[in-house]
Amino acid sequence: MRGYRDQAVRHSRLDAGVGQWRRLPRPVRTFTPVVVLLAIAATYPFYLASLPSGNVPLIYSFPSVRSAVTILVFTTMAVGLNVVVGYCGLLDLGYVAFYAIGAYTGGWLASGQFQQVKFHFGSVGITHDARGIHISIWLVLILAASLTALGGILIGLPTLRLRGDYLAIVTLGFGEIIPQFVRNADSLHGFDLTHGTFGISPIDSPGFGNSLHNSLGLPASYQQSFNADRLFFWTALVILLVTIFCCIRLRDSRLGRAWIAIREDETAAGAMGIPLMRTKTWAYAIGAFFGGAAGAYIASFNAGAFPSQFNFNISVFLLCMVILGGMGSIWGVVVAGVILSWLNVEGLANIGTWLNDNVFPSNHNIEVAKYQFGIYGVVIVLMMMFRPQGLIPERRRKRELEEGGHGPLDDSLYEMRGADEPGAGERGSPGGHIPRG
Amino acid sequence: MNLYKTPTDFFNVLLIGLTNGSVYALVALGYTLVYGILQLINFAHGDVFALTGLFASSLIANRFHLDENSGALVIIGGLAAVFLIAMIFGAVVNSTIELVAYRRLRSAPRLAVLITAVGMSFIVQNISLAVFDVNFRSVPPLISDHNVFSVGGVHYNWQAFFVILVTVPVLVVLSWLVKNSRQGKAMRATSQDTEASAMMGINVNRTISFTFLLAGGLAGIGAVLFLVEFNIRYDTGFELGLIAFTAAVLGGIGNLTGAVLGAVLIGMIQAFNEGLSWFAPGSDWTRSIVFGLLIAILVFRPEGLLGERTPEGA
Repeated sequence: MRGYRDQAVRHSRLDAGVGQWRRLPRPVRTFTPVVVLLAIAATYPFYLASLPSGNVPLIYSFPSVRSAVTILVFTTMAVGLNVVVGYCGLLDLGYVAFYAIGAYTGGWLASGQFQQVKFHFGSVGITHDARGIHISIWLVLILAASLTALGGILIGLPTLRLRGDYLAIVTLGFGEIIPQFVRNADSLHGFDLTHGTFGISPIDSPGFGNSLHNSLGLPASYQQSFNADRLFFWTALVILLVTIFCCIRLRDSRLGRAWIAIREDETAAGAMGIPLMRTKTWAYAIGAFFGGAAGAYIASFNAGAFPSQFNFNISVFLLCMVILGGMGSIWGVVVAGVILSWLNVEGLANIGTWLNDNVFPSNHNIEVAKYQFGIYGVVIVLMMMFRPQGLIPERRRKRELEEGGHGPLDDSLYEMRGADEPGAGERGSPGGHIPRG
Repeated sequence: MNLYKTPTDFFNVLLIGLTNGSVYALVALGYTLVYGILQLINFAHGDVFALTGLFASSLIANRFHLDENSGALVIIGGLAAVFLIAMIFGAVVNSTIELVAYRRLRSAPRLAVLITAVGMSFIVQNISLAVFDVNFRSVPPLISDHNVFSVGGVHYNWQAFFVILVTVPVLVVLSWLVKNSRQGKAMRATSQDTEASAMMGINVNRTISFTFLLAGGLAGIGAVLFLVEFNIRYDTGFELGLIAFTAAVLGGIGNLTGAVLGAVLIGMIQAFNEGLSWFAPGSDWTRSIVFGLLIAILVFRPEGLLGERTPEGA
């Protein structure tokens, strides 16, 4: 009896709490978790030292600030990819191309790569007579992003007419060509564009210059300041937040609704007067924009862009974040992005070390990190089988599910070629569609 | 132009292209068979190829202990057994993938299956990595590299001839199997219209499994032939798979003759690019050229050389 009553009381208290939470105005409910998370994230470098390090169960140690920068940048890329894959339903298997274009544009515009010229514009932390193009990294971020967006448009224009898996293959092709191009373009008719396998290095670091440093106390140059990693971390956080903000606003815009319409049913969207090509090209361009910005930033952070950074695995890795988080769901992608990039940067290695030290017998050690892409493969396959809507599904999608009438495997989510499309019937659909209606 | 300038080089390179093209053809057929029936790009196919190749290499080296000093009959018998086992192995692995991953998603959107295929590709690749580690594997030169003929500087050795010698009968058998056998007819019917063929009493699931078995078997034969000439590693299959897929698209995906034609053409393109260094960009750019070609085909002629026009293109 007593146990029952306790349980009932506990339940009612919980219910009351939930009820009170529900009664709060909507903006408060939306923003409180965001603000709390943001505060935790922004102050992470300060309390990192106080966190236990050394032998934390399972994860060994918390990510260093340096690793956290990489985590944030990859998450930014995942949010950018989410525009293409999640909003517009275009499977992009070559997002690494945008990363590469961004990183190399950063390299070209802020390093001594082109010794033939000497052009300085707001650059910090280099001597006055340094040769090459040196533009302020803040400007370079925007330039690189714009140039990558242009690249996205150029790649998109001829290929976006294709549907579904053909588009996936074409993007994969670009994702293979561009890294090979940067690897080999060290003597195009004798002109060294990318410095081949050595990559472009060193790339300038961001900063605010001496005058702002003296008047406002802003760091003159990140690389030369004593807490460079923290500065890079906060900047990466700002870039991620700007990306998230833009993506949320875009989702609710006219363009964003057009993307979602195309994702849900391309034929119907076209019939409703949405210009398919233009809308899809915009998705590509905007996805590329964020990929380019993130690429340029991480090039500046690593002080270099190297061809070995860019391969198909990165594309799949980013796609895995989008799928795990839930296609189209920004917060889902952010959470999945942070988790997966952390696993990639040091998590898997740490977990492997911890397991080898504490669980596996010493003669049966397993290099967990070696199999990271196999693990991502397993994640992708399991998600597609059992939870295709992702860990944190998009609200719109969830509403559809709650309102009923759509099963979890319903084909309207990312369908490319429906049963109602002309020609689909003659060729035979892959094992029969669920009829909609 | 090259034909006139250096006919010797031209024909040598042509023969290399033909040999490589035959191996690509066996893999490309796997893509095209599966695409024909499921409209699915089976990304994992190339990795099944690599896994089978690694398995075959360990079979040759560790189980059968074949090397160049073994007697001729031993080599022939051993290789025949290796071919058979590799075929069965590839077939079983490939149809297991279908059974485990793709079958559950029969009614899911195509994109979900495609993404699953990418995931399976990574899984199979990592299985190869776990079992066979990162090193390149090779087999001793079982087939002699003496020339079959040598006319005016144009050489054709037994290794290359052996590849053709195996590929051609396999293609003949395959074509008979698809055209005349009962299961082959069921396959063609299913690829034309799944629902109608199910209504006609064809067991669709069994037919799809059969297709995957066939594709895996072809990959197995291709993998052993690949081993005769090249080294193989856990990630060999990824690039080779993409090349083979390009070949299938070039010929017209879903079209068996097209796959073989496309594969031979791709083999030639690769050989000319890598062989005629004074004229072509060279092996550094092979991947770019092949994928550039793939993109160009998909953009300008998505139905390929021999394919019929499909709704994908428009």
